[in-house]
Amino acid sequence: MEQTGKFDFKEIQGREERLAPGHRMCAGCGGTIAVRNVLKALHPGDKAVVGNATGCLEVSSFMYPYTSYEDSYIHNAFENAGATLSGVETAYKALKKKGKIKEEYKFITFGGDGGTYDIGLQSLSGAMERGHDMVYVCYDNGAYMNTGVQRSSATPMYADTTTTPSGKVSAGKVQARKDLAAIIAAHNIPYVAQTTFIGNLKDLYVKSEKAIYTPGAAFLNILAPCPRGWKYDAPDIIEICRLAVETCYWPLFEIVDGKWILNYEPKNKLPVEDFLKKQGRFKHLFKPGNEHYIEAFQKEVDKRWEELLFRCKK
Amino acid sequence: MAVKERMSGNEAVAYAIRQINPDVMPAFPITPSTEIPQFVSSMIANGEIDTEFIPVESEHSSMSAAIGSSAAGARTLTATSACGLALMWEVLYVAASNRLPIMMEVVNRALSGPININAEHSDSMGARDSGWIQIYAENNQEAYDNTLQAYRIAEHKDVKLPIMICQDGFITSHAVENIMLLEDEPVKKFVGAYEPEHYLLREDETMAVGPYAVSCYCMEAKRAQAQAMRNARQVILDVAKEFEEISGRKYGFFEEYKLEDADFAIVAIGSVCGTIKDAIDRLREQGIRAGLLKVRVFRPFPGEEMAEALKHLKAVAIMDRCEGYNATGGPLGAELTAALYRAQASAKTVNIIYGLSGRDVKVSDIEKLYEDLAELAQGNNLFGEYPYLGLRNRSGDNYGADR
Repeated sequence: MEQTGKFDFKEIQGREERLAPGHRMCAGCGGTIAVRNVLKALHPGDKAVVGNATGCLEVSSFMYPYTSYEDSYIHNAFENAGATLSGVETAYKALKKKGKIKEEYKFITFGGDGGTYDIGLQSLSGAMERGHDMVYVCYDNGAYMNTGVQRSSATPMYADTTTTPSGKVSAGKVQARKDLAAIIAAHNIPYVAQTTFIGNLKDLYVKSEKAIYTPGAAFLNILAPCPRGWKYDAPDIIEICRLAVETCYWPLFEIVDGKWILNYEPKNKLPVEDFLKKQGRFKHLFKPGNEHYIEAFQKEVDKRWEELLFRCKK
Repeated sequence: MAVKERMSGNEAVAYAIRQINPDVMPAFPITPSTEIPQFVSSMIANGEIDTEFIPVESEHSSMSAAIGSSAAGARTLTATSACGLALMWEVLYVAASNRLPIMMEVVNRALSGPININAEHSDSMGARDSGWIQIYAENNQEAYDNTLQAYRIAEHKDVKLPIMICQDGFITSHAVENIMLLEDEPVKKFVGAYEPEHYLLREDETMAVGPYAVSCYCMEAKRAQAQAMRNARQVILDVAKEFEEISGRKYGFFEEYKLEDADFAIVAIGSVCGTIKDAIDRLREQGIRAGLLKVRVFRPFPGEEMAEALKHLKAVAIMDRCEGYNATGGPLGAELTAALYRAQASAKTVNIIYGLSGRDVKVSDIEKLYEDLAELAQGNNLFGEYPYLGLRNRSGDNYGADR
């Protein structure tokens, strides 16, 4: 089982779905788009065990007595998707060694940003550091959506959430988001990538295939907008993802064996305002007198973009 | 042919683990159970077993990885103590409700605080309602024997529950005592291969583990799990019988020591039972009819059988190496007193807290306790309202009361 690096849109979209329809995720949910398309990067016929942290995805895709997963699947708890799948992967090694399993398996686990950036960070760090042959996929929608849009360390600054509400004396979340891809890259694992839904999803597919078929631990961070938490019209998701990339709020990059690679550099970097104004969670920033918040947001985006360019060019 | 050896409790269970050769062991260091994963790691390093060891970054991950491994179809174990077990608390329930036959060596130690590393049962007693089978040992021999029986019980098709094999920190885990070991071949034959019915890595089917279930399904799942714990009762007895055939050592829910003709008895768990047996032998020489009921199986709780064995007594002291912080006593006291009530036993009872955080218990303490039980039978309560054995206090009272 090796990566092909090829992208044949028609062939890939024609592959059998590994996430069956009929699940209870919201219409237009970014998390579901992430899961469907990451699993499509498994070559037809290859076996996998899918893991999942507690969250919207778990409670909506495996509601007893129905499962949406065509592959074997395990959910354990909120904070331990990394450790759980490391146990599955080690069992595979042990049983394979004893001749009890003949076929090859891949191991892919999904967590939201709450289960990954916050409560599951230790478990994820442990699994990455130990180098289990698995992929951890974070579908990052920037808040605890399952419990009703509370802030996480992935929430962008100034976002209005239910625990960082904007108000008379509050402009939403105070802190800027944690840079998780860089933290995982510091574990010196063979493959880390950041992506989102762009165009015909080629970037997502290629990175997923690399992550799955690279031996050792791999991590994917996928910006996966949530129409309810971000407060936008569901059909706008692709435009919002495009603006996230074109404003450099969410750059597309990968770290292969420690080497930082920028996958896309916008010809005309758009102002972050274009990304923010599409979303109700930033509505308060556009009230007269709040311009300085948008300036501060822009400064933060610029700083991180410059850092990324430096890392990729050195 | 049995092999006579000398080893500590931790060495004894590591010896049993070598003989079982399980598939996967995630573990995290904590005193006093740390030696067990150390011994296992050495055995792996020397090619004596082919278990896969996962050096996890916490006990929460230890149990989480054990759940993943067991669900994937591997025979799995871990080991822990005290705070480590407490950190696992959430996922202990997940292991049990997913019906995963994981074995955990629990080396009993006090929960914080104050932080203390010595023997106490507050750790496993805190997890007593998590759905795990719990079997306790008096000494290294029993820790070894219980480990060998663990998977036979846990993996049985009528049970499929995780199991804790408990021994007292330091007193049992680190003290070197004589032991009779079984040879490898009869052990391997007795334990057998693990052949689960359904698992994640079964090549001819897929499986989903850990669903979200709404109210119209959840209660049935819990009742089915409770039935598994009830089924474990017979399986524990059957496995003990088979084990007797290869070892000559007899096990049940509990051990009765000179209980049949006793007037006064102590009910206790773990290493203190050795001390109690010594005291009984001395008292018997003086014609005092003292006896002991040593609890081996705490989950499932053999309340009916214990009550039956204690019914004829005049007075019973129920000993807890664990504070219940419920303002009335400890967990064994609460559950056994209820069982005695249901059996309409006439014995007078007292619940005594002892040995917290490794506090020593002497033979003379126990002898005095039996004397006071005789007084209790006469209606003279010397234990006070809330007895603590061996508590330092200003008045020198045996049961901790400042009078």
